[in-house]
Amino acid sequence: MTKSFREQWFMLLIGSFLVLYIIWPLAGMFLRADWRIVAASSVEKDVLGALWRSIWTAAAATGIIALFGTPLAYFLARRSFRGKAFLEAVIDVPIMVPHTVAGIAVLMAFSPKAPAGAFLVNLGLSPVNSHLGIVLACLFVSIPFYVDAARDAFYGVSPRLENVSRTLGASFLEVFFRISLPLAKKGLLSGLIMSWARAVSEFGAIVIIAYHPMVAPTLIYDRFATFGLKYSTPVAVQLILVCLGMFVLLRLLAAGKRKEEQAP
Amino acid sequence: MIELEGLSIDLPGFSLESLTLSVEEGEFFMVVGPSGAGKTLLLEAIAGLRPIAAGRIRIRGTDVTTLLPEKRKVALVYQDYALFPHMTVEENIRWGLHFSSDRDTRHVEGLVRLLKLESLLGRSPTTLSGGEQQRVALARALAVKPSLLLLDEPLSALDPRFREELQDYLGLINREGMTIVMVTHDFGEVLSLGHRVAVLHGGTLQQVGDVREVFREPVNRQVAEFVGMKNIFPATVKGGRAFLEGGVSLVLEDCGEECRGFIGIRPEDVILDSSLPDGFANTFSGRVASIVPRGMAFEVVLQADGFQLTGRTLSSTILSRDIRIGQPCRACFSPEVIHVFEKSAIQNLTEVLQP
Repeated sequence: MTKSFREQWFMLLIGSFLVLYIIWPLAGMFLRADWRIVAASSVEKDVLGALWRSIWTAAAATGIIALFGTPLAYFLARRSFRGKAFLEAVIDVPIMVPHTVAGIAVLMAFSPKAPAGAFLVNLGLSPVNSHLGIVLACLFVSIPFYVDAARDAFYGVSPRLENVSRTLGASFLEVFFRISLPLAKKGLLSGLIMSWARAVSEFGAIVIIAYHPMVAPTLIYDRFATFGLKYSTPVAVQLILVCLGMFVLLRLLAAGKRKEEQAP
Repeated sequence: MIELEGLSIDLPGFSLESLTLSVEEGEFFMVVGPSGAGKTLLLEAIAGLRPIAAGRIRIRGTDVTTLLPEKRKVALVYQDYALFPHMTVEENIRWGLHFSSDRDTRHVEGLVRLLKLESLLGRSPTTLSGGEQQRVALARALAVKPSLLLLDEPLSALDPRFREELQDYLGLINREGMTIVMVTHDFGEVLSLGHRVAVLHGGTLQQVGDVREVFREPVNRQVAEFVGMKNIFPATVKGGRAFLEGGVSLVLEDCGEECRGFIGIRPEDVILDSSLPDGFANTFSGRVASIVPRGMAFEVVLQADGFQLTGRTLSSTILSRDIRIGQPCRACFSPEVIHVFEKSAIQNLTEVLQP
């Protein structure tokens, strides 16, 4: 083994502390979980409902973010303008703000007394203690994860490809959908996965605006506060398994697409 | 064909200033200048890809200043080819046809044959060599039958073999009637391909004219340096002589003028020989300071009394005339190869730099 190779392994040795720090508590939870209770709770209506709710509300929030965030990310990647750094900082605010604070902010913005909340109530949509409230909270906290990834993905697409396409007769939208978007796809997909993962694991903001109906993290907290660790762990284990399953599936799908594209 | 009238573009930290020039139908027009001169920006402006601060662009008499790029029928080929990596070579070449009413597949097939791309059609552009990629980019641009072809340094990234091959293709395409505007920083390419040339420097047009005219008679130092004049000195011209700083005087061909300005001598016009006899005008003795290879030739710097002279010569000359670094050598050049530019009137006699 050459010296430089040994030095690289030494770097890994130092860094592996962080990897262990992630694996150790999670593995401990799996090892100490009472699997009879895990099995029993896996058919419980409340647990299944909360898990499914977490999945689809996170997906809905991610869908909204993709719809509005993709043009925003494209604009940020293509234009330099005064105030761009400020705008990018604003987009990243949800990462910095404590999630309970984010929940309070979203609640204040969409409470029935606020104009936006009153508007939704008039439409028959209640933002508080509702699925809509969960989506609104997830939306707030997940925005930067997609927009930042999508912006970086568009940065990676040379504007010259777009320029050439325009001179060959394609309109702006044709270029966007047939050149920019397919070439940024890998980064966009990665951003969607990160954004969804952030939304599905959200607790702090959701619990403020919509304690009920319960998403999985709220149910875990509720069980922990009411029955203790023994009864919250099985739900936590199931949430981890579901999230991990979804995460691996999406990553595999993305990797499969990439291989397909690289094939001659 | 193309008329640019007072074209100005403002970018943060750079601007293209009030550029006026025209390109004739069927012409091979070259745009040259050092890096950062605004050459690519000019092409992108003609293609409609850059917002214009002032001025007008006309193509075949039609004002296209505000026309969208996809409506101009102007194809652009970049130096880095800009091939779509998620498409095959064939899909790249046919890309423009999706948006065209004229889907002439025989024309595309002809281009594929002309540019020898038949065996590459199913491949990904990422697997091609530089020369192959450039040919694909060229075929893609020509497939849409543009009225004007813009080329941004198409030869600079290619090795010499591919460069010669592509030069031949470009010449052929131009002879078949295609108007071409090509950006380059290599004056050799200008001489071998171009009809007329515009020299840009720092966003301003320095000179425009016939290629040979610009080559032989640059109007200022920037152009002179760009077209390969190495021996550029401030001088005062009087009585058929040019007086240089350091007490050097040179015999000029044109005797009537009196002015201040710069003189320039092309390195290939300087004759180097360690045993050069006396009796020639403008003969200098000195020592060889350096010999630097420049492509097929060598650049020899002679440190003479009071000034430095650069000559260009072949390796066979260096060997046969025993030119070595640190050894004595002689150089001469005839009065007619001295070019005087940036002339201004002499204000008073003290300006005359007498030896």
